[in-house]
Amino acid sequence: MKLHLFALSVVFTSLGDAPATATPAPASNLIAQDHRKWDDGTRIDLAWDLSADDETLVAAYRISKALARFGDFQVPLKFELVEIVKAGTGEYTVADLARKIRLENIKTKYADIVDIESLEATNQKTFPVAYVFQIVAVGRDGATSAAATTPPITPTMEWFDGGRFWFLIIVVIFCGAVIFFIQLARGGRPLKVRKIAGLEAIDEAVGRATEMGRSCLYIPGILDMNDIQTIAGINILARVAKTAASYGAKLEVPTSRSLVMATARETVQGAFLAAGHPDAYRKDLIYYVTDEQFGYVAYVQGMMVREKPAACFYMGAFFAESLILAETGNSIGAIQVAGTAMPAQLPFFVAACDYTLIGEEFFAASAYLSGSAEELGSLKGQDVGKIIVGLGIIIGVIMLSAASVILDGSPGSPFGTALLNAVEYLKQVILT
Amino acid sequence: MNAAWAWTILVVVVGASLVVLVTRREQTYRALKDLDRRWIFLLMLLAVAIPILGELTFPEKPTGLAKAVFDEIEKLEPGDKVLMAWDYDPASEGELGPMATAFTYHCCKKGLKMYYMTIFSPVGPQMIDDSINNVLKTEFPHYEYGVDYVNLGYKPGYEGVVKVIVSDLKELYTTDHYGTSTRDIPMMKDIRNIQQMDLIVNVSAGYAGTKEWVLFATTPYPENIKMVAGTTGVMAPGMYPYIPDQLLSLLAAIKGAAEYEELVMSAYGNDDLGLKYRKGMLRMGPQLIAHVLIIILIIIANIIYFAEKRRGAA
Amino acid sequence: MKRLIPLWITAIAGIVLIASYFVPYAQGLGELTSIWFDILAGFAFILGGGNLLKVHLKKVSDKVAGWGYSVILLASFLITLFVGLGKIGVHPSPDYPDNSWSGVYNEVGSPFWWLYEYAFKPLTATMFAMLAFYIASASFRAFRAKNVEAVLLLGTAFIILLGRTFAGVWLTSWLPESLSGLKIENISVYIMQVFNTAGSRAIIIGIALGIASTSLKVILGVDRSYLGSARSEP
Repeated sequence: MKLHLFALSVVFTSLGDAPATATPAPASNLIAQDHRKWDDGTRIDLAWDLSADDETLVAAYRISKALARFGDFQVPLKFELVEIVKAGTGEYTVADLARKIRLENIKTKYADIVDIESLEATNQKTFPVAYVFQIVAVGRDGATSAAATTPPITPTMEWFDGGRFWFLIIVVIFCGAVIFFIQLARGGRPLKVRKIAGLEAIDEAVGRATEMGRSCLYIPGILDMNDIQTIAGINILARVAKTAASYGAKLEVPTSRSLVMATARETVQGAFLAAGHPDAYRKDLIYYVTDEQFGYVAYVQGMMVREKPAACFYMGAFFAESLILAETGNSIGAIQVAGTAMPAQLPFFVAACDYTLIGEEFFAASAYLSGSAEELGSLKGQDVGKIIVGLGIIIGVIMLSAASVILDGSPGSPFGTALLNAVEYLKQVILT
Repeated sequence: MNAAWAWTILVVVVGASLVVLVTRREQTYRALKDLDRRWIFLLMLLAVAIPILGELTFPEKPTGLAKAVFDEIEKLEPGDKVLMAWDYDPASEGELGPMATAFTYHCCKKGLKMYYMTIFSPVGPQMIDDSINNVLKTEFPHYEYGVDYVNLGYKPGYEGVVKVIVSDLKELYTTDHYGTSTRDIPMMKDIRNIQQMDLIVNVSAGYAGTKEWVLFATTPYPENIKMVAGTTGVMAPGMYPYIPDQLLSLLAAIKGAAEYEELVMSAYGNDDLGLKYRKGMLRMGPQLIAHVLIIILIIIANIIYFAEKRRGAA
Repeated sequence: MKRLIPLWITAIAGIVLIASYFVPYAQGLGELTSIWFDILAGFAFILGGGNLLKVHLKKVSDKVAGWGYSVILLASFLITLFVGLGKIGVHPSPDYPDNSWSGVYNEVGSPFWWLYEYAFKPLTATMFAMLAFYIASASFRAFRAKNVEAVLLLGTAFIILLGRTFAGVWLTSWLPESLSGLKIENISVYIMQVFNTAGSRAIIIGIALGIASTSLKVILGVDRSYLGSARSEP
């Protein structure tokens, strides 16, 4: 834990007219209780009565904590500094406390101060942790008062983490908007979505490959199924596979992850079935290559140069290999459609591919291609999220700019200070 | 081959090209219009090879970001703890290797305690071994493993690892990379979590890397966890929004590495060190020539484009 | 039923994990499911490896075009697997000298280390280095001043390309300190920190909303393409 510069200067600098070795009176009535707002069980609130010499001798209060107990087992107290707060402060919240500790961790970290055999004899795997807190008044010349100490206390976990309250509100508003528009769409209300050139071109690309007697190549990114971009890529694969099945085109899907291969096989098989061509489905065209990024792209690159697919689709998460794939596709004359949510790779796809789905267009693709009312409704709900973000940015910028201008003109202005506090609340509470 | 020869070759090539361009305009136009990309690859090969072989270097003037990174490490005192998160692999060694070397050298010169780890990939520990073998064991043989530096190795889980070690490092790292229990490593004895580190130095090539450290370490614990980072050029734009609150400063790509090397070598270098600590500077030579080549290619392409448009209109 | 059970699993898992973010007692669930996924992916790796062997053995036996590359792939796969798993050439750990498998698999000088140092590392670095060539050919082909936006893009590109090298520093080194903001290296930093950051933030915000919306569609069962049908059923 670092000491604040302020605290250091207070501790080591003589200020005022106090006698050289005057010891301040200690703080009193130190109370430790579980954090008063709902929290995740990592905070304890401390409150104390100020030292009688708070206004004359005290420069700061030094707050320390020590582990007191693991379950029923007492631990020798070894205090460590938590924070140094200014004189005049009568409360503080200690955060990042552990409620429980595992036996393995006690063995690793506290074997020299705890009887491990006794702990093991209880057959417990975890032990609740109790802390003791201490507060010492520090004089302006560095002299310290007697310590005020609390009894042992364990933080309590609540059922709701109050620190995430505002985030919950935002989630509810956003999800509510998406669900509302989905219901609206189900009710038959027509929803307009702008044209996305890359998605309009999918049919054209697959048709071109069929005419030329060449295959289509689909790459669902290089991350695993736990990445949302891969899921979005697989969703689009379903549509592309259905089109390929209808046209009788060969669709090849080399994957970089085994789970993606398994999912892609299910998806393509389902798409061929839905298109009415279950016999045309070939399992061997969807295969695993390697997890290693450049090993995968070396394989795909070689395959593209040898087999020359006429249409290449890159839909998913990509990293440095994006340009290699796109340029190779360009060199073989393939029509290329790319979509990714990796901002760093978008410029490469834009430069080298015929069509690129940028960011949220990629996630909208599944809705766009299906034309399904519910999916289109979810796009409208997404727009509500954008409105909230836009409003938040505008309001925050106006408030902060106004606060800066007002406080520049009249420092200490109550309105300016209130605006600044509101911005801080927005940043530190609502947006955290 | 020395720098003079390299410059001579470059000037001759450029001069010859200009002569051909001017004297045979129509043939040049046709050739450039349907230019086989392999000629471009050849030009790029020459643009990179000649400066590298000729050891062309240019003076580097450190910018504010590089100076800020340097100053953050300079502020530390001997014995301070630094977490060296080496989140890169051999593919990005070209861009990130020089900054990793410079970071290690700087930290050794400051007498800092170095805790190496990686969350990027299973091949990450080999990059840590490179830093240890090329810098620590060579220039600082008196440094003792377990006392001055430790290699904690790779743990799978990406950002999950960061989320755990911000509160409990030994929950995940019960042994170091070589299998020694962390209980038996002197410099790990009092370490509970990474909040006790005085600084995190992260060298990152992608996911998982700087962004995960920012999201799950420096943002939740802004007072206790401070970080500087070095990233590839492609990643750097995404990291600028985090400077200076969640990320103190950043070295972007090989330019950042070269600037940082310049600062470190000016402060702590000597003539006996050799080119190992100047690799960033050496790689800036081909970067300059390659960038100029790309600019020339874009200009030529646009000349061809407008000439085509004029001929089409006519 | 075949489609209903996965839908319910997705819905319940998604809702529980979202709720667990707000309920402290369940906040470890997210990491737990990540670990479960890693275990699943580990098992799936056997499936992928088996598929790799099958596909390439078939290519070799059918002698399709390019079957020689399949031979190289199979040989590399099996040699690396054998050398790594068997810890060939690795000295036992001093703590357990009688156990030949107690050493570190990538001990310096061992065959596995040799494969990594002299095959894997150079090949990976070579693939990454190819980007330099492709950037040049992409620039030559794609960057045309077709309209105002393209001209702005080209101008910005030139400033950044020069600003990242000594050429930019040299070109504007004659500017006085009072006009240091106009030096190319400072303009390029300004472009990256202001304009580029603003654009990146806008794209990232859109992406984040897209991710949230897609996740919600998958959890609610609105989008079922991943289950293997191109139709979304009510």
